[in-house]
Amino acid sequence: MTYVAAVFLPLFGALSAGVFGRQLGDRGAEILTASSIGVSFILSLLIFRDVVGSSAVQTVPLLLWIQSGTLEVAWALRFDTLTAVMLSVVTCVSFLVHVYAIGYMHHDSSIPRFMSYLSLFTFFMLILVTADNLVQLFFGWEGVGLASYLLIGFWYDRPSANAAAIKAFLVNRVGDLGFMLGILTTFILFGSVCFDPIFATAAVHAGDYVRFLGVEWHLVTVICFLLFIGAMGKSAQIGLHTWLPDAMEGPTPVSALIHAATMVTAGVFMVARMSPLFEYSQTALTVIAIIGASTAFFAATVACVQSDIKRVIAYSTCSQLGYMFFAIGVSAYQAAIFHLMTHAFFKALLFLSAGSVIHAMSGEQNMHRMGGIVSRIRVTYVMVWIGSLALSGMPFFAGYYSKDIILEAAFGSSSTVGYFAFWMGIAAAFMTAFYSWRLLFMTFHGQTRADEKVMAHVHESPAVMLIPLLILAIGALLSGWIGYETFVGQHRESFWGQAITVIAGHNAMTAAHHVPLWVQLAPFVVGIGGILLAYLLYIYMPVLPGLFSSVFNRVYQFLLKKWYFDELYNALFVRPAFAIGNGFWKGGDGALIDGIGPDGVAAVSRGVAQRLSHLQSGYVYHYAFAMIVGVTVFVTWVTLFHLW
Amino acid sequence: MITDWPLLSLVTFLPLAGAAVILTIRGDDALVARNARNVALLTSAMTFMVSLALWNLFNFDTAEFQFVEQRAWLPGLGVTYHMGVDGISLLFVLLSTFLTLLCILSSWHAVTTRVKEYMVAFLVLETMMVGMFCALNLIPFYIFFEGVLLPMFMIIGVWGGTRRVYAAFKFFLYTLTGSVLMLLAMLVMYFTAQTTEIPALMRFPFPDDMQRWLWLAFFASFAVKVPMWPLHTWLPDAHVEAPTAGSVILAGVLLKMGAYGFLRFSIPMFPDASSYFTPFIYALSVVAVIYASLVALVQEDMKKLVAYSSIAHMGFVTIGIFTPTQQAVEGALFQMLSHGIVSGALFLCVGVVYDRRHTREISAYGGLVHRMPMYALVFMIFTLGSIGLPGTSGFIGEFLVLLGVLPVSSLVALFTATGVILGAAYMLYLYSRVIFGKLEKPALHGLLDLSKREILVFTPLLLMVLWMGIYPTPFLKVFHTSVTTLLENNKVIEVPALAAP
Repeated sequence: MTYVAAVFLPLFGALSAGVFGRQLGDRGAEILTASSIGVSFILSLLIFRDVVGSSAVQTVPLLLWIQSGTLEVAWALRFDTLTAVMLSVVTCVSFLVHVYAIGYMHHDSSIPRFMSYLSLFTFFMLILVTADNLVQLFFGWEGVGLASYLLIGFWYDRPSANAAAIKAFLVNRVGDLGFMLGILTTFILFGSVCFDPIFATAAVHAGDYVRFLGVEWHLVTVICFLLFIGAMGKSAQIGLHTWLPDAMEGPTPVSALIHAATMVTAGVFMVARMSPLFEYSQTALTVIAIIGASTAFFAATVACVQSDIKRVIAYSTCSQLGYMFFAIGVSAYQAAIFHLMTHAFFKALLFLSAGSVIHAMSGEQNMHRMGGIVSRIRVTYVMVWIGSLALSGMPFFAGYYSKDIILEAAFGSSSTVGYFAFWMGIAAAFMTAFYSWRLLFMTFHGQTRADEKVMAHVHESPAVMLIPLLILAIGALLSGWIGYETFVGQHRESFWGQAITVIAGHNAMTAAHHVPLWVQLAPFVVGIGGILLAYLLYIYMPVLPGLFSSVFNRVYQFLLKKWYFDELYNALFVRPAFAIGNGFWKGGDGALIDGIGPDGVAAVSRGVAQRLSHLQSGYVYHYAFAMIVGVTVFVTWVTLFHLW
Repeated sequence: MITDWPLLSLVTFLPLAGAAVILTIRGDDALVARNARNVALLTSAMTFMVSLALWNLFNFDTAEFQFVEQRAWLPGLGVTYHMGVDGISLLFVLLSTFLTLLCILSSWHAVTTRVKEYMVAFLVLETMMVGMFCALNLIPFYIFFEGVLLPMFMIIGVWGGTRRVYAAFKFFLYTLTGSVLMLLAMLVMYFTAQTTEIPALMRFPFPDDMQRWLWLAFFASFAVKVPMWPLHTWLPDAHVEAPTAGSVILAGVLLKMGAYGFLRFSIPMFPDASSYFTPFIYALSVVAVIYASLVALVQEDMKKLVAYSSIAHMGFVTIGIFTPTQQAVEGALFQMLSHGIVSGALFLCVGVVYDRRHTREISAYGGLVHRMPMYALVFMIFTLGSIGLPGTSGFIGEFLVLLGVLPVSSLVALFTATGVILGAAYMLYLYSRVIFGKLEKPALHGLLDLSKREILVFTPLLLMVLWMGIYPTPFLKVFHTSVTTLLENNKVIEVPALAAP
């Protein structure tokens, strides 16, 4: 009962607020949804206690879903350590965001709708993490995509918000296509889409090949690739990342919950969940490591030049997800999930603090029009410091533990791709510190660049927004320190139990604890370097950034335009799709098919058509006539045949 | 025993009786209109109840035809009046009665001219549709199959838009060619097998060469109805000119007749030809999915957009039908049901704004959510159904078809699956242009949200989309035995094992 309630309470909240929003009123909807999630959070903690203690996986079957031939899919909830961790993180952050949103959205005219969407999102996310089979996971997966679409486009009056919402959905659909094909291939190989049978026979099928287009393909690798394409879409990895920065059109609580702490980590979760399969495809793991490391690096470079405060954090999220993926690529799943958890705290903290800044600045998001507000919003300022320290991995903050273990695992894997990931990660760590303090200095320090009207209104946020910030700050401070030994340290074996599989020979997790001293120190040293560089450029000599951007204009433009991904995709896919569509319509349907077909016939038989057309519905009679003639001919012929 | 009643004749001819009653109504116009509406509603509601009884009494464990009625009709020719349903046809009878009921309800105020004739046309249409799905003899089948078109022409021709003559002509031209060929094929079948009974023909081994010619003749008729590319161009025009309820039936039921025909005739009667032509069907269907989706993307008329989306969705259906795996055929059947509900509902959605503003131009709308939040919600759910979001009916069909076709041809599965992305593109693009944005056009300021009657029409459709998406078992269960038998009888071409077991 606890198990089912924890998952379905948010749905209850969402439906009530959505359907009875008018009757409940703004306050009613807020209290109902927030308290549903709150209860769900408490239940999640109980589940966590239950599950982590025992090694067995607990499954709660609900209802038969799809049955056709040998395919059988049921609605069922599955609870193991991985689920319990995700469940607690999701409900915790979601609850805090719900509370924060009460303050942040209080000027908005459709609060019940907003709260309803947030809760609906949470429900889909919980279904995703508790899924017992791939199809149900896909249900949650597409569901969170839907909620994300609705929330990005929440302010539907803005054309940019609508465009961003559609873009998010479509880019994700590209990934989802890969995911779906992955599920189908899994069914063909394993004869099931449920986790237990797949995991049980993964080793048996590790040597199966299939012939396609004249080439022999390793089936497990094919499946892993397809599933990973799905993960790339959801978790905004390079190539399918373009939707995430645009998604910042949504209200800031949404960015914090969906586009930082929870939904975007679904890809990481999914791959970790499927670890028994991914472990048998070295090729897939290598590709994941390369993609992850490249994303970590690429996104960090872009974050260094963006001027929209939320976009900086969005690219930062993208980059941190890259870290999680290359951790997976070297089989350090535990480290990836550990970073997922700490990241949820400090990134939500950063986003919500950014929201607090935006709230104070009357909706301004451009850092070039901020500055000089330290003394006005002190609490927020401290929060951004804590978030940035945690993000850049300064000692004893959460990121210090989780990011460092990832880098150490990459190094410890002693493979080429591991070293590649390590150095990319170090470079990204340097930039992470740089852009974090660039954000901090530009937003809060120096002379203000905002106009007087905005400055006159600058005020600290109300308690309902600050308290969630404080709680998240505690998480950003302590979660790394508390979780280290259990998640990735000595107790990791007993903690994870059966939830994660690592085959023999993949020992990056163990090796991570025995790397040279310089590897352990490197992230810290480059982090300090990044902070100093930011100080130099934005406090000590503020003329320098302008100078650099004009001297290295090519590079600057390249970064500012985000490596031209959007331009490329528009030229490659969007515009051609419309052009081809028009061509098919006017040329194919219009000129060719109709021209040769009906219109051509009409032209030939114009005389007949004209005579008929003044009968208005003459064709009806004509048709009826033809039909009757047909039957008559048939009957006559048959009769004659018989007589003859 | 209720099972001894001629239930199929009842469900088929009850609407016709209702139509006869309506014809007897006399009096002044307002009175006639009111009575005609009431009688039509009552009749279609009763018909729907009877069809529900069929579902309730249906035995899921046999592939035999059930509720069979057989009477001599033209004894000299061996033609009988033979009715029966199996797991393949049963739910289409329900789909027809369900949609007709909703159509009559939705036309309550939308149709004001010649109400009496309109209701008669719909009830006759219902008789023809239901009869078509139940008929087990070539002659009644042919009469019902072609008979469907008469009231449909009438509905488009009398209550249609400005270019209705052109649309009807196009429709007519395509269908006529197909019908003539089908009729010829039926003659040949009769001479060869000496019977017009469909169950007997299903067991008759036609020679290989003949199978191919017969298959092609039937294909000419069925492919037009589906419609398959490149025989589809009549559909957008017919939809645009048809009144809302006409479009609902056209998309919801008439398009299914072609696909049903493939399953009832082509596959069981000409199994070798069917597998011979499968690559051909695959090619046309894949083209249909991609081509129609891209064309849908650039449409400026809401109805045309939905019409093209139908062509794309039916591409999934034809692929599924010709793939000899349980999942693919069941997926195709399920997709047909789902498409009947979803596309019907989408046409009703277009009808809602058309009734208010009398235009289907997408650019004439924008920001409707400000005035019509309930409409926005309803439209969103059907949009999601069309996109095939898991949890809606659209997902199950597409998923099963892809699952079934992947082991047979991964290339086809791959290409078809791109339709999933394109489908999301054109539907969301449509939705955002109509519903989202600022409410800027002055003409839209006075719009009213859904009326009670409209809510009454949409609610059952909405529940169906979610029910079929979340708990599709009651529907899939109907298919299982019949589909298994169909595949077994056809000496299924061994599906090449993709991997060692």
